[in-house]
Amino acid sequence: MPAAATFGRLSDPRASLIVSDVRIIDPVRGTDRRGDLVVVDGRLSREERPPDAALRIDGRSLVAAPGLCDLHTHLREPGGRGEALGSGTRAAAHGGFTTVCAMPNTDPALDEALRLRGLLAHSGDLAARVRAIAAASVGRRGERLTDYRALAAAGAVGFSDDGSALASASLVRAALAYLAPLGLPLIEHAEDPSLAGASQMRAGPVATRLGLAGWPPSAELTIVERDIALASETGGWVHFTHLSTASAVAAVRRAKQLGTRVTCDVTPHHLALTDRWVAGDRRFAWEAEGVTADGPPESLDPQLAYDGSCRVNPPLPSRDDALALIEALADGTIDAIATDHAPHPPERTLVEFEAAAPGIIGLETALSVGLALVESGRLSLGRLLEALSVTPAATIGEHRSMQPGDLADLVVFDPTAHWRPTDATLASGSRNTPLLGRELRGLVRLTLAEGRITYADLP
Amino acid sequence: MIGSPTTADAVAAWPHRYLLDVDHLSRAEIEGCLALAVEMRARREARERMDVLRDEIVGLAFYEPSTRTRVSFELAARALGATTVDLSVAGSSAGKGESLIDTLRTLERTGVTTIVLRHAASGAPYLAARSTGAPIVNAGDGTHAHPTQALLDALTLRDALGELHGRKVAIVGDVAHSRVARSNLHLLPRLGASVWIAGPPAFLAGFQGWPGVRVAADLDEALLDADAVMTLRIQLERAAGGGIPSLAEYAAGWGLTTERLAKARPTAPVLHPGPTNEGVEISAELAASERSLIGRQVMNGVPVRMAVLALVSGAV
Repeated sequence: MPAAATFGRLSDPRASLIVSDVRIIDPVRGTDRRGDLVVVDGRLSREERPPDAALRIDGRSLVAAPGLCDLHTHLREPGGRGEALGSGTRAAAHGGFTTVCAMPNTDPALDEALRLRGLLAHSGDLAARVRAIAAASVGRRGERLTDYRALAAAGAVGFSDDGSALASASLVRAALAYLAPLGLPLIEHAEDPSLAGASQMRAGPVATRLGLAGWPPSAELTIVERDIALASETGGWVHFTHLSTASAVAAVRRAKQLGTRVTCDVTPHHLALTDRWVAGDRRFAWEAEGVTADGPPESLDPQLAYDGSCRVNPPLPSRDDALALIEALADGTIDAIATDHAPHPPERTLVEFEAAAPGIIGLETALSVGLALVESGRLSLGRLLEALSVTPAATIGEHRSMQPGDLADLVVFDPTAHWRPTDATLASGSRNTPLLGRELRGLVRLTLAEGRITYADLP
Repeated sequence: MIGSPTTADAVAAWPHRYLLDVDHLSRAEIEGCLALAVEMRARREARERMDVLRDEIVGLAFYEPSTRTRVSFELAARALGATTVDLSVAGSSAGKGESLIDTLRTLERTGVTTIVLRHAASGAPYLAARSTGAPIVNAGDGTHAHPTQALLDALTLRDALGELHGRKVAIVGDVAHSRVARSNLHLLPRLGASVWIAGPPAFLAGFQGWPGVRVAADLDEALLDADAVMTLRIQLERAAGGGIPSLAEYAAGWGLTTERLAKARPTAPVLHPGPTNEGVEISAELAASERSLIGRQVMNGVPVRMAVLALVSGAV
């Protein structure tokens, strides 16, 4: 973040401020209008004028929208490296997020109510709300269910063995059946390990070219089809996280049409980046017009090829699949954008590609990548902001509102200002993103969570 | 050869401080390298003393077992007057936990001027090239590339066939897991050869659309009127679920024998990067026959690697 930027906490005093003549987008009401955004003592206000001492911001070049909500964040708490609750939530606030859902593949796993309470106890001191997704099976071993009711009472908003799928179909069936009356989702990392094997990137001409073991789309599709059948049979709610293939998204589309309780999310990197990035290409999926899937890329750039920060699971998609994911996001088949923010220290990514820890940090670049997609004309700004805020929030039972009287929980950003993710600008404890150093558009100026300023970068 | 470039031309045409694969070489650079190899072969046969690398220390960083490639690089470096350092890192470095980058930087600091890297991970030489200042020569990385093998294969084919333009070369076997095949699939089409690949479906997956390469429907189509045939080593672990049912099944369907070779042109030679599994991908009789260039390939390894070391060091 810029030198002038400051972070706040959810326990700070409530703010009073006015952002004048700002473009206010409210995906809940479907409105997009220009006006003054007034916050008095943390609440949105229509009639009141802010106190004279309140912060005054010229909003003419800015957009205000509900606070972003990330369904898939690795805070690495407890036991991890590369991130901590403080740095992870500051990264969230810097990216415009007011809520992050901590994933349970920690060490030890978040599979007990006590551990969940321990994580959530810190929330007030942080720059974003932390919600918890609990492990779906004890120790994430896929053998027996965790105590879903106790974990829900401790604050779990969903259950997942993220990092892998539940291998046993009968365990998924039991989980969905048990969760159905609780109204909470089973969040699946859809990947069949016997098909994914020791793969290193998406199967296809680029993997062939690079001599890296390929991950076939069937690895995702077989689990998605299996779980849809089980959700349909049990009435349980399955949420697929980080879908990466056209075929899996098509299966979700069909299931939704049949009324199955299924939702899904996609990451910014699966929308924008492609398997060609592993070979050193640095064009977003929609920028590579005229590039066909046929034929290997030209000679490899030694500065960029085999960059460990392009290793991610599921792997970066083919261009055709990335475009299909964008289409599915636009038509609502994909409900939400989730970052799968997966921090790793440099010694785990500045290594041979096959040895690199899979994962990309995403909290601070999600909005910018989304805005680049909007600029390409393939997604509306309203749909982008809905998929980043209102829909994921609703998935975990949070309400987003831009209505007077409600607590201000929102982001104000400049959609045309440029910035670069660098050592100096990133708040995360890690740097593992292939977007490092790239010029991005869309600068967060202000994040307000529960009426408190959690991030501000004001001229 | 086209225009018979001189050594000076080769050096002038060589802007690289590394050889990571043949894909970044222009036609002129390939020709220059091969011409230099021919020149060095002649001078070596004439027992002429060469010392263009006399102030150089070549580090042989082999993270994977190798006999012929390592020995060949070592002889090549010494033939040009260089000192060699054998790192013997195979099997030990990972256990000690030192990263590849740290190991190579340490080498550089101790005075090693050129690093020859063999590594089981595809792309490792690219990481090396962007992490160190020393010239890097890829001596085989994972299933990705083996550029000096492709160059020596091209030289061996040229010795046998002359100009490769319009010649049909069949590559048979586990193309998908072969770094030798991949580098040849870049190099041979650039030299004008028409390259066909053949093998069980799992061994050819993903190669449709590779420029200048055709995927044969079966072995006979690949061999038909071929001017040369290259067969690849089958990794024994590929059987039992790795793409083929058994080695016997593979040998019956794709193993190269004198009888099968009858489809090719009468004098078409056979190449193999070695080491061979005789009776699997090639019959013992064929491997030992006059049509086998396997021995020539090994002999050409040294002069080709001399040329490459000289070029990346900028020392010719």
